[in-house]
Amino acid sequence: MKTPTMTSDAIAALAREGVSRRAFLKGSGALIVGFSVAGAAGRLGLTPEEAFAQAAADPNIQLDSWIAIQADGTVTAYSGKCELGQGQFMVQSQLVAEELCVPLDRVRLTQCVTGVTPNQGTTSGAGSHFANFNRAGLALAAATARQTLVGLASTSLGVPAADLTARDGAVFVTSDTSRSVSYAELIGGRTFQVPLDKAAVRRHPREWAVLGKPIGRVDLPDMVTARLQYVHNLRVPGMLHGRPVRPPSVGATLVSVDESSIKDLPGIVKVVTRKNYVGVVAQKPWQAIQAAEKLRVNWSAGSPLPSQAAYYDHMRTQPSRDTIVVDSGDVPEKLAAAATTMRATYRYPFQMHGSIGSSCAVADVQNGKATIWAASQNVYGLRGASATLLGVPPETIQVIFTRGSGCYGINGADAVAFDAALLSQEVGQPVRVQLSRKDEMAWENYGLAFVIDQQIGLDAQGNIVAWDYEGWSASRGGRPGNRPGNVASGFHMGFEPAPFQPRTPSPAPTEFLTDNNAAPAYMVGRVGSHEPGGAGLVASERVLSHRIESPFFNGPLRAPEQLQNTFAHESFMDEVAARVKADPVAYRLRHLRDPRLMGVVSAAAKGFGWDARPSPRPGNRQRGVVNGRGFACVARDEGNGWVAMAADVDVNQDNGQVVVKRLVIACDAGPVSNPDGIRNQLEGAALHGISRTLTEEVTWDSNKVTAFDWRTYRTLSLGTTMPKVETILMDKPDEQATGAGEMSITIVAAALGNAIFDATGVRLRQVPFTPERVRAELLASSD
Amino acid sequence: MIPLKVNGTAHTLDVEPQTPLLYVLSDDLGLNGPKFGCGLAQCGSCTVIVNGRAIRSCSVPVGSVANAEITTLDGLGTPENPHPIQKAFIDEQAAQCGFCLSGVVLTAKAFLDQNPRANEEQIRQAMSGVLCRCFTHTRMLRAIGRYAAERRNA
Ligand code: FES
Ligand code: FES
Repeated sequence: MKTPTMTSDAIAALAREGVSRRAFLKGSGALIVGFSVAGAAGRLGLTPEEAFAQAAADPNIQLDSWIAIQADGTVTAYSGKCELGQGQFMVQSQLVAEELCVPLDRVRLTQCVTGVTPNQGTTSGAGSHFANFNRAGLALAAATARQTLVGLASTSLGVPAADLTARDGAVFVTSDTSRSVSYAELIGGRTFQVPLDKAAVRRHPREWAVLGKPIGRVDLPDMVTARLQYVHNLRVPGMLHGRPVRPPSVGATLVSVDESSIKDLPGIVKVVTRKNYVGVVAQKPWQAIQAAEKLRVNWSAGSPLPSQAAYYDHMRTQPSRDTIVVDSGDVPEKLAAAATTMRATYRYPFQMHGSIGSSCAVADVQNGKATIWAASQNVYGLRGASATLLGVPPETIQVIFTRGSGCYGINGADAVAFDAALLSQEVGQPVRVQLSRKDEMAWENYGLAFVIDQQIGLDAQGNIVAWDYEGWSASRGGRPGNRPGNVASGFHMGFEPAPFQPRTPSPAPTEFLTDNNAAPAYMVGRVGSHEPGGAGLVASERVLSHRIESPFFNGPLRAPEQLQNTFAHESFMDEVAARVKADPVAYRLRHLRDPRLMGVVSAAAKGFGWDARPSPRPGNRQRGVVNGRGFACVARDEGNGWVAMAADVDVNQDNGQVVVKRLVIACDAGPVSNPDGIRNQLEGAALHGISRTLTEEVTWDSNKVTAFDWRTYRTLSLGTTMPKVETILMDKPDEQATGAGEMSITIVAAALGNAIFDATGVRLRQVPFTPERVRAELLASSD
Repeated sequence: MIPLKVNGTAHTLDVEPQTPLLYVLSDDLGLNGPKFGCGLAQCGSCTVIVNGRAIRSCSVPVGSVANAEITTLDGLGTPENPHPIQKAFIDEQAAQCGFCLSGVVLTAKAFLDQNPRANEEQIRQAMSGVLCRCFTHTRMLRAIGRYAAERRNA
């Protein structure tokens, strides 16, 4: 191991976080849980912070979370997972307080600073629940610290550790609580360096005192009184304002820039060009905005886009990268022998993250060093990509996560960080960039478009005996990782996105992975001689996915691909149930074997007051407003949560308006870290799902995206009549926590489509269900 | 020179009168509350209250509000002593990322100050131009309803 020395960035970052380095140096004492480096730090006579900061800055050393309890009892916790709006900050604080047995207000949490916090990859919804994030990191570090303190107390009190209880920052004799010693007393003036104990005993959810409670978010008072500083509010000394000038059409290339066109404008610092990138830097934000608008730039025409009207058909004709998820090999013969077969095709559009705040970042690149403040979901990834972009070693860059507008996946946070970094490098001063609404929307990494063919065979009793899925999806670029070209700004600066590599045929799978729920829950999921991995009973199964190259940048959008696939599965399941005149809930249960999925299905149906009968609802008229109910469920990709939903929906058959009146959601996410937090997520994601189902679609013309503001890309406002949302949380204290931020959104589109069918007898197989589309389908069916 | 009165403090600023108020508030005065969301008067996140009315500061030239009383979310209350509507949002845990809060809180406050007897439907109507992409709608409307009820009963 290299001799650790503390980087100046780490010192500065620690100072910014209010960590008193002197407290350690002056020997006022601390207990620090770290990892292999803790011991090395002791041997080398370094403060643990120095050692950890150095090790964290070295990409060759893998750090986990760490924690420091200072002599005054304050706990500083470092997490590589960040707050994106889902309550992570709160739950991680609760987690530390719980495992360490200290009051919540003693915990200070630092999230995602390269060189300071551990590299825990991307903070995303997929891995997202809360405690799930730090099951092995932060939680174990805190448990290790508690265990160590109990050990120290055992010595100091002369009582075996087994007879002691940690509570409120002190250790008590269990049988005589008048005898106790505080953590501060235990630490005294000494410094303890403790390696992480992977076997440290976590507090069981049944013992939880802080976790598992619906405690209000600690950061909310600051948010609602505008005390919380978002990256959008960050101002650093000497800061200038930048603004990119994105091309007018997809694929347009830069011909020339006429700088004289803005020579009369005030405050202009520099016009920057690189490859197909153009940006301006000015003293003030409004000056930069005006300059970017007035700057005369000549662009080449670019390449034509495929027609949007024919896009789903176009997808099928493209070279593709194929993946066989599962193939029992007998599907064609089982279909041929089936009493009945059914097929249907489902279509899902490109959609936007559409953050309410356009993305913003501040970068300070000068004197051989760079600091980037960004709302990125992956600070280490952004550091790597920025190093490529700026042509400097990653160690010279520090990326500091600073909160942004809710992102729901990869919004413009990384792209705008590249804007800021390049412009700052060019002017040698700090530069803040906030994208225009149009630059955010026309160039972000959209959620993937899908077209999916489903086919099943039924036996004489109406059971599904074979299921065939074939899907096409379009993607390009993605999270930057070390590739700035995976997002628009980096691409315009001359970097390529990850190459598209067609592959036909697909290699056979070696294990069962649902591939973002491409495999429906109703399949057995048997690959080779492994235990079947699916949640269902249909043994004759084939899932074949084709990935084609998209004309746009794409990336994970809340419940990525899982939502699109689940829309197709759960709508189709409903169609099949209707065909055999079965109740849709009972029919689902008939084809499932996973008790956790079956558990949420039953709970949601019960909570809703589901009346067992086939769809469509008998007796509904063909005009005016009719009511229906729909159901959907999913076992999220690779055991990441189980959720079911029943929806009560009104359809106005005269104008095609769909109004969702009530949703009942049952969710099994293992032990719940904060019930109010998870309900907030389930409610928000459900309404987000309604918006995505009813209104949202990226549109384009022959050469450019035509959805670039809130008139051309619709979202449901606070004036929309929204349903009453009821959430049922399954009590699963003995399981592992799973993701929850994407849970309910995965099934909304199908639940609504199924309810519309129940109400009208008309099936919608393409999202969004705009009034025009609903109306057109109703008219088509009455012909 | 433009005289501005923001959150009770008078300022005289050397800014171009055509500059949208938002940039002056957030850049020259360093306020966190009003935020750029769209710059097109479509979302509400830049909302401030001017002489009792909620306006979208991204689309109002600073010159047009000289001498007016301007209140931003920063000026309404403090974390220790939040304004009752802010307290209602805390009580209902009515936020996720919180970026939209200026639009949601101040639009509701200005509306209820003028229409203290408004019913649920009228409140919803008043909020119809305000966007929250985290879709915290249900909780936000509950918080607004709570504030409206407390205000009526006060
Ligand atoms: S930023 Fe002013 S309304 Fe959107
Ligand atoms: S809370 Fe995130 S946009 Fe409203």
